[in-house]
Amino acid sequence: MGTEQPGAAAASAGEVDRAAYLDETARKFGISVEDYLLPTHGSIRILDETGRLRDVGEQGTAPGHEYPMPEADELLAAYEALVVGRRVNDQNSALVRQGRMAVYPSSHGQEACQVAAALCLGDNDWMFPTYRDSVAVMTKGIDPVETMTLFRGDWHGGYDPAKYKVGIQSTPLTTQLLHAVGVAHAAKLRGEDTVVVAMCGDGATSEGDFHEALNFAAVFKLPVVFFVQNNQYAISVPLAQQSVAPSLAHKAVGYGMAGERVDGNDLIALMAVMRRAVRLAREGHGPLLVEAHTYRMQAHTNADDATRYRQDAEVQEWMAKDPVTRMRTYLQGEGVLDEAAEARIAEAAEAMASQLRDGLNAEVEPDPEDLFRYVFTEPTSQLAEQQARLADELARDAATQTEATR
Amino acid sequence: MTVTTSSDANGNVSAATARATERAAESAAAAAPQPVTFAKALNTALADALTASDDVVLFGEDIGTLGGVFRITDGLTARFGEHRCFDTPLAESGIAGMAAGMAMNGMRPVVEMQFDAFAYPALEQIFSHIAKMHNRTRGALKMPIVIRIPYAGGIGGVEHHCDSSESYYAHTPGLKVYAPATVADAYRMLREAIDSDDPVVFFEPKKLYWSKETLDLDALRQQYDDGADASRSEGRAVVARQGTDATLIAYGPSVSTAMAAAEAAAEEGRSLEVVDLRTIVPLDDQTITEAVCKTGRAVVVAETPGFASVASELVARIQERCFHSLAAPVLRVTGFDVPFPAPKLEEYFLPSVDRILDAVDDLQWEA
Repeated sequence: MGTEQPGAAAASAGEVDRAAYLDETARKFGISVEDYLLPTHGSIRILDETGRLRDVGEQGTAPGHEYPMPEADELLAAYEALVVGRRVNDQNSALVRQGRMAVYPSSHGQEACQVAAALCLGDNDWMFPTYRDSVAVMTKGIDPVETMTLFRGDWHGGYDPAKYKVGIQSTPLTTQLLHAVGVAHAAKLRGEDTVVVAMCGDGATSEGDFHEALNFAAVFKLPVVFFVQNNQYAISVPLAQQSVAPSLAHKAVGYGMAGERVDGNDLIALMAVMRRAVRLAREGHGPLLVEAHTYRMQAHTNADDATRYRQDAEVQEWMAKDPVTRMRTYLQGEGVLDEAAEARIAEAAEAMASQLRDGLNAEVEPDPEDLFRYVFTEPTSQLAEQQARLADELARDAATQTEATR
Repeated sequence: MTVTTSSDANGNVSAATARATERAAESAAAAAPQPVTFAKALNTALADALTASDDVVLFGEDIGTLGGVFRITDGLTARFGEHRCFDTPLAESGIAGMAAGMAMNGMRPVVEMQFDAFAYPALEQIFSHIAKMHNRTRGALKMPIVIRIPYAGGIGGVEHHCDSSESYYAHTPGLKVYAPATVADAYRMLREAIDSDDPVVFFEPKKLYWSKETLDLDALRQQYDDGADASRSEGRAVVARQGTDATLIAYGPSVSTAMAAAEAAAEEGRSLEVVDLRTIVPLDDQTITEAVCKTGRAVVVAETPGFASVASELVARIQERCFHSLAAPVLRVTGFDVPFPAPKLEEYFLPSVDRILDAVDDLQWEA
């Protein structure tokens, strides 16, 4: 893409002024040296663990990188999504225990990341979630029952990705980052100002597609915000066994993109950082990498036993940093969240839970012939033959049963 | 497919304008049959597809400035611009995954895998996403992607440059698998693959790239653009040679070998029919069944290692459909179940005229 020769600058780096060299390197990628080195500045945190607003000087921002606070009404709306998201997680886990759903990977404890990822996007923007990002999918406005279709076991996906501009939740790790790159590339070729948020977890950063996606996005200068929720575990394997990089955000440096770290349990910081990243991507300064530090409070899924690989003390420690409690304390202190608002939000969360219960308790009789309908745009003669064979088999079964009951 | 009528936001010339310029240039040239290579037919099909729709984009490794290691995309970047035909970083999964995303957002990507065995890093994206997206979304998302793969042996290539990998793809539900064997089909079938709303793995036999047929590309284009029935190859095998004694079933690089075997058999007084499948998925069971039931004897010819392969599937289907018409067991002439050999050994591996004739001799003829 570019015509500059990186080798020339690198070869003489030892002899020239280090700051000048970094500045030149960063400018080559179209970003400032401050952005280029952001991961080394530490994590952005605007609310402390008790829900107190930190002074600007304490927020971990680099010089020239102050983050404007979202407006009070935006924060209240985001808090509502946070409370609803928590309720969604807990309701779905209960539905799994009751046998109404096959499996549910809960994002309990990561709801601030979920909400920020969905709320930072505009109408023409896309989001590519993982299987743990159902709350983000619902916050983006997708019907809860459509979202849960995958986990209920009716079909592999329940919503139209193009209609909602939300990629399908699927289980292979990290593959969706390349789909995000493709969506962004198509939009760029057509001159559209679409931004794509591509989500993955800490374990996913070890996959080859993580590298390929970040590199493609950087080489083609695409408007993608890679959003890594570092929840410390990939099923049972801790972060230390995935990567010995100083942080996952540091990986951005190698691709020539801006990277940033943020407290993943601080909704305000997440909103500020993600909004800035989306704005920069839209202005042509993408791609960017944002790493959020958070914690998976529950097991990987209902099939997992987290006590086999982590200590309760660690979980307790993270419980004290709960994103919902922190935000509630802050908003109450600011007078934005009064009892009436709290009651209204609790009601919205219960309404969502009840919608999930009703939707997922409804019996759905899947049509076996659907097996063949969507493999291709038109079934091949081979599939039509197999479809007829299954129909015949079912007809024979029905006839046998009728005879047996006679 | 949409064709815009003016230049877009980036100032790129629209398909309609490009097409008018093309047509003018072409009508000036003499439209007479002339020798055309397989490679030229593919190049022309790509150019025509780029002209027909602004949604078509080509990308892969070395396909831009260089025109591809086999020059199949030669001149396309210069003619259509870097936004239509471009090089990517060297990463096959990245190429396939980006194609999936572009297809989700309305484009029709045509990607090149440099060699058959170099496509394997892309298999997760192809098998788990490109093949399944339409089904997973109950038809909401289409994947109009063409994955072009130069494949198979016969060129003295080194390790990892000669695999017959079609069986992997044919085994994966949701992928269409095309394998043209003639120059005319190379043109028609690539146009058809690009216009398909399903993902197509398009196998280009490397040993045929520089083979020639005398034909009129303008007439082929016209026929295709007019939607002529003769331009449709998907699921339509052709009887490449009529015969009465036995039937050879082949596709891609094996068709020319089968044709040569039929020619040699004729000199010995044996009449062999040759069926060219053209597409493996979907498969034309009807033409295969008719051709085998007619002669009562069949040999399946394919370069792929035979075990659990497209060739095995063909034999199974023939015995299911033609059992009572068969005078002898259906035989296979395929590659052996060994890794593709080094250049100096490939002649012992590849199906040859002699090996096909030996198999035909073994079809239990009455004394």
